[in-house]
Amino acid sequence: MNKLELSSLYQLTLVRFRLILREPEAIFWIFIFPILLAVGLGIAFRNRPADVLQVGATTTQLTQALAADKGLTAATMDEAAGTHALATGSILLLAIQRPEGVAYKYDDTNPDARSARLLADQAIQTAAGRREAVHAENQLVRETGSRYIDFVVPGLLGMNLMGSAMWGLGFSIVEARQKKLLKRMVASPMKRWQYLVSFLLSRLAMLVIEVVAFLGFTRLAFGVPFRGSLAELGLLCVLTSLAFSAMGLLVASRAKTMEAVSGLMNLVMLPMWILSGVFFSASRFPAVIQPVVRALPLTAAIDAMRGNMLQGMNLGQMIAPVGILLAWIVVPFAVSLRIFRWR
Amino acid sequence: MTDGTKHAGTGMRDGRESAVAAAAGEPTGSRSQGNGPTLLLRGLRKAFVDVQAVDGLDLEVARGECFGLLGPNGAGKTTTIEICEGLTVPEEGTVELLGLNWRTGANELRQRIGIQLQETQFPDKLTVEETLRLFRSFFKGGISVEESIRTAQLDEKRHSRVGGLSGGQKQRLAMACALVGDPELLFLDEPTTGLDPQARRHLWDLVDGLKQAGRTIILTTHYMEEAERLCDRVAIMDHGRVIALGTPQQLIATVGGEDIVEFAVSTGEAGGDEMGHAAVDAAELTAIPSVQSHRVDDGLHQLSVSELHTAVPRIFAALRAQGLHLSEFRTHSATLEDVFVRLTGRNLRDE
Repeated sequence: MNKLELSSLYQLTLVRFRLILREPEAIFWIFIFPILLAVGLGIAFRNRPADVLQVGATTTQLTQALAADKGLTAATMDEAAGTHALATGSILLLAIQRPEGVAYKYDDTNPDARSARLLADQAIQTAAGRREAVHAENQLVRETGSRYIDFVVPGLLGMNLMGSAMWGLGFSIVEARQKKLLKRMVASPMKRWQYLVSFLLSRLAMLVIEVVAFLGFTRLAFGVPFRGSLAELGLLCVLTSLAFSAMGLLVASRAKTMEAVSGLMNLVMLPMWILSGVFFSASRFPAVIQPVVRALPLTAAIDAMRGNMLQGMNLGQMIAPVGILLAWIVVPFAVSLRIFRWR
Repeated sequence: MTDGTKHAGTGMRDGRESAVAAAAGEPTGSRSQGNGPTLLLRGLRKAFVDVQAVDGLDLEVARGECFGLLGPNGAGKTTTIEICEGLTVPEEGTVELLGLNWRTGANELRQRIGIQLQETQFPDKLTVEETLRLFRSFFKGGISVEESIRTAQLDEKRHSRVGGLSGGQKQRLAMACALVGDPELLFLDEPTTGLDPQARRHLWDLVDGLKQAGRTIILTTHYMEEAERLCDRVAIMDHGRVIALGTPQQLIATVGGEDIVEFAVSTGEAGGDEMGHAAVDAAELTAIPSVQSHRVDDGLHQLSVSELHTAVPRIFAALRAQGLHLSEFRTHSATLEDVFVRLTGRNLRDE
């Protein structure tokens, strides 16, 4: 046996790693679930290109004129077939050639049909030789960083860090206590601080994998921007994870059964899932409860990560959320070390 | 129980203690401690919310001895052993192990004792070897993980996960975890409870080996055969106190005979009596010279007998003379169970 193998801190940390990696469910919730969630939200809220509208026309000449517009696809059909197609919704508008000009048949209560009317008329007039009175050009807004996916990724990251730290510490500690393993370890010469530190070390190591996998995926799949310093973003993730580890420790410090700790855990996390702005901005809550919302560790974490990723802010510009996170690390740690039940 | 003010009368066999300690012999190992007892308990008391778990307990265990705490569930065995292990703090009394105490010498003591607790569940997803490597890392010195695996005869299960081990194998793993630090003093709390007879014998052999190596062992059990088989000395506990102390042979001798005769009778006539049992004139039985004592429990008569071969024909004759018919009759060698029954009027495993 070499020196490292005889180090109890190394062995304790190694054991934590093994236990996490041998738990397939844990791997799913920590690594796969956040990515699935991001994919789901990315698809649901994706910015689609403007729809191409289906229209019909009674002559090939009209059809060609309509098809010249990129916003329309046109098919030729006689009036009876066109009326039927309108009624079944397969086209939005039918352009009918009349001796005196063109008639448009469409439902003016349907916004898409009204758009089709504007586009069709413009296409037909242009084909007939109409000139624009005023020159116009388009500038399209498709900027990354202002999309919903960009907003929600830091929220999901914060939520995931909260979940994995709280479950990781809380459940493992209470399980060890319930199975009398904690008592057995305390009866050995194990140093108690090493037992707790081994949780933090394994947590931080898992954090690297977790954060890199999640952010790497969202970067590649959705092009989520990183406008701030990556090192500072890493530091924010570490602070977030430590704050929730401290909270997990506090929640687990007295509980004797898994049921008790599950209940406490949900009690602590549920308000943050709702209030801390994971899926929508926390500033939408009434002003009265804003001080509470701002003081929550998850709000602070998500605010700081959005500041870093979306606005490129540095830590100096985010003293308030960083300070709140630090307080959430120090206070719960200190309290739980005092009240921790070792047997 | 909690209002007890005077409980001076612990160990009824105190007088024999020194002789027994001498008989236990010197350990063969080259252990470092001085001449004092390895474990010394004086006036120990500990109450929990509703029960006086330990109620004025004195004990001394000599170096190299295998000492058993025997008693029914709830007798205070586990509380006593956990006080010795530094896991429970007594309200009163002194605890001294290896010349040290838990207040000033806890760190050193943890390094020098080995502990196996009741119902520890090691993580299912670790292997035997990984678990032992973890526990080995807590100790400054000790035996190698390989040696602990060999001692506990877990070689074949070395790379198996703990979750897949049998009850006996899990218990041997717990034993191996207690041994990795090469302890001078070993605490085993009900090491064979819940094991099948074969696994139990296997564990007994293991403890025998540890005794041979000269380790001091303190174990609790509610199996009298286990205490008789393994222990040099036994303290029988009941309601938080030691009610008898000595070698298994000495304790069994207190029953007054080497054998126990148990029988039940009927009058032979239809109906018998309403209780289903006939009256026996006990005086006629105890008048037989080799019959030491008589007691009756729910119609079952128990005689302790010193010379079975001469006593049995006389017992038969006496019962026939009273016009009684035997409906049950059996004999067995006296055990620690009989000692407990004689002292408390209850069976060890009655709960």
